[in-house]
Amino acid sequence: MSNKIYITGIGMISAIGNNVAESLASLENLKSGIGTLENVRSRHKDYVPVGEVKSTNEQLTAMAGLTPDKQSTRTALLGLIAAQEAVKSSGIKNIKEFKTGIISATSVGGMGMTENLWMDYLDTTKSGDWLKYIEAHECGDSTEFIADNLGVKDYLSTISTACSSSANSIMFGARLIKHGILDRVIVGGTDSMSRFTINGFMTLMILDKEPCKPFDANRQGLNLGEGAGFIVIESEKAAQGKEILAELSGYGNSNDAYHQTASSPDGAGAFMAMEKAFKVSGLKPSDIDYINAHGTGTAINDMSEGTAIDRLFNKNVPSISSTKAYTGHTLGACAAIEAVFSVLAIKNNEIFPNLNYKTPMPELSFKPTTTLEKGKKINHVLSNSFGFGGNTSALIFSRHKAS
Amino acid sequence: MEGYINGIGIISPQKTFDTPDFLSEVVEHNSKALYSIEPSYKEFLNPNLARRMARIIKMSIAASTICFRDAKVEMPDAIMTGTALGCLEDTEKFLWAIIHDDEQFLTPTSFIQSTHNTVSAQIALQLKCMNYNFTYVHKGFSFESAVLDALMTLAEGEAKNILIGGHDEMTDKYYRVCDRIGYFKQETVPTMELINRKTNGSIGGEGAAFFVLSKDKSETSYAKLRGIKTIYKPENNQEIENKINELLASNGLTAKDIDVVVYGNNGDARFDKTYTHLQDNLLKDSTSTYFKHLCGEYQTAGSFGMWVAAKIIKTQTIPSAILIGDNKSKSIKNVLIYNTFLDVDHSVYLLSQC
Amino acid sequence: MDALIDQLKGEIIEQLNLEDLKKEDINSDAPLFGEGLGLDSIDALELIVLLEKNHGIKVANPADGKKIFQSVRTMAEYIQANKK
Repeated sequence: MSNKIYITGIGMISAIGNNVAESLASLENLKSGIGTLENVRSRHKDYVPVGEVKSTNEQLTAMAGLTPDKQSTRTALLGLIAAQEAVKSSGIKNIKEFKTGIISATSVGGMGMTENLWMDYLDTTKSGDWLKYIEAHECGDSTEFIADNLGVKDYLSTISTACSSSANSIMFGARLIKHGILDRVIVGGTDSMSRFTINGFMTLMILDKEPCKPFDANRQGLNLGEGAGFIVIESEKAAQGKEILAELSGYGNSNDAYHQTASSPDGAGAFMAMEKAFKVSGLKPSDIDYINAHGTGTAINDMSEGTAIDRLFNKNVPSISSTKAYTGHTLGACAAIEAVFSVLAIKNNEIFPNLNYKTPMPELSFKPTTTLEKGKKINHVLSNSFGFGGNTSALIFSRHKAS
Repeated sequence: MEGYINGIGIISPQKTFDTPDFLSEVVEHNSKALYSIEPSYKEFLNPNLARRMARIIKMSIAASTICFRDAKVEMPDAIMTGTALGCLEDTEKFLWAIIHDDEQFLTPTSFIQSTHNTVSAQIALQLKCMNYNFTYVHKGFSFESAVLDALMTLAEGEAKNILIGGHDEMTDKYYRVCDRIGYFKQETVPTMELINRKTNGSIGGEGAAFFVLSKDKSETSYAKLRGIKTIYKPENNQEIENKINELLASNGLTAKDIDVVVYGNNGDARFDKTYTHLQDNLLKDSTSTYFKHLCGEYQTAGSFGMWVAAKIIKTQTIPSAILIGDNKSKSIKNVLIYNTFLDVDHSVYLLSQC
Repeated sequence: MDALIDQLKGEIIEQLNLEDLKKEDINSDAPLFGEGLGLDSIDALELIVLLEKNHGIKVANPADGKKIFQSVRTMAEYIQANKK
């Protein structure tokens, strides 16, 4: 049993970069990835800006080092690229050396493929190699694709709790280590852009027609994004002798139980999730140096989350920002991508700005950080992720003591 | 890691929800895909809420309600569900609307309810339950992940009563699509003949099965759940036997202690080799039973299997409809469930009398 | 106006799956949300689509729904005022 959860590897791909180094450069240079939709055919493409990875599925296949016949769904490919980077960054030479699992998260799974092929699937007069994508629709398929390519076999699972999905995969992976079931887990999430989600969020009327403005009084909604993030977490035994990037010190999961899609005005679920994360970590709110907020830019989320943060921190809110204006809202992947950002914040002692923010919300005590802040020691980062269905999760990342 | 199964609510293609009877009568569907026998939902759902809900959501809410009543629990300390496909009917509806209406005039309801976490979220919403809430969506490991999470949560001492559930639905379109990739038999098979057919494919199925897993034994207890292991793409039978032995050893048992095994045999000639191997080797002294002829094959069918195992232990009976070979058991203390979905995701559960 | 109100009641019942309701059960002036029919914010979004699909009227800001959907009568008035 290991009580400490060590983070030894990070990997990501999103609209702001194909890997961690590119993403960090974008973050530091205030370079947003929000732009025009290119890879998905949609009549709304000129009206809804998105955070898209500017590579085709063929290019992603090559990026993952696969031959064209091994191509899979975009969700699976994005996930593999991020997971490969995480494993490499963790310095893992032999994946079988320790009991290793993968816990991934996704909200759309293979929908990006299904929505193009659905009518052909139903038409039995048509046939082709594309029939293989029927099974790829299932969320678990992307996880198995990543696992097979990495040689991971000891434990696999996939979580889907809407936009909090990958916070929960990180949490579940950590608990598998604490129970001694696994020594090492590749945890994270992946989601790709699809007409299904674009249209879904349009029906909810919460997509901003401009780049999103989290925590701004005049915010108009969110921008969808796509990408994947994975981190390698290890037990004390497995991490021995390795560079430890940070520790996962706390996690909490709760349900707002208020409405099918909307958060409660007082953010009761968000409050409870953060409170649980503090309890697990043994930290106090005043220990937190930076909050990577969920901050989607919708009227309701930012109000609900902000109110819960104000209450939990008793209006002494530390540096806070949402990075959604960089990447867009990557749904099932966002918590994992933001876990990478949290680790980077600790590693480099910097806080990434909340882009597009001008006007404070009168209801909240705090203003987000709007410039790149460097130099202040970042020891503990709180990262929130909330989703439809009331699913609320919070993670706390901490500096490894010896480093 | 262990927990007591203190309540069950299950809606399936058999009569399972409003009767104490245990499969003494089998519903013959004579169909390539089995659909659940559903209750009248008025008793379980406020009509103002039910009007938006697709069948699988109603089925799941009703099954979870039955489960809470059975366990005499009002508020769970955690909710964990497993579903490979989420809410398929709503997903198909929204997808169809996107394609058919060319991304215009779309309404939010089917989109909102298409998300995989709809069921666990709706249960939480109805109960105003703000506790831990998870949805696992990994093919043949969906329900099994929820089971492991629940066992871990009980071991952590954070919860007394946990709701776990497995739910997946069959739809006409899903059947048609998966029929194209060899999931189903091309002929209609009488229920009791399914596992004797040496043809490829199985019969489609569905169901919603919920359990209250508790820290403490109660007057409503069915059985003690003592562990679960999953095996991904086992390379050979030895790997499977090793995993089973590991699970048994961690509970101080050996294969000889297993009175009954509940197998996931589904009549698919491609995949019954694992079951046959275990029946003829490691678990040859145990009574063999099976269940997928009754519920059909689906990713979370393990939850139906868990109902079968819990009922066998509680009633100390093995209905003839599920027996493979002879009944070798006098008293039933320990039951294993061995299941696989498409020979990729394998799982083994251990239950004991409590 | 009465014909439009009657038509709208039918459309609302269909769009929102209010299976147990008949047109005559809906009071033209009763509030649609909260106390009256008990509709919620998701229904409001459904009604916005109903206006666009059946009556060719686009509501860009969901917050406007509050005024428009006070009752079936206010909905009908809004349609008449905005019909092209």
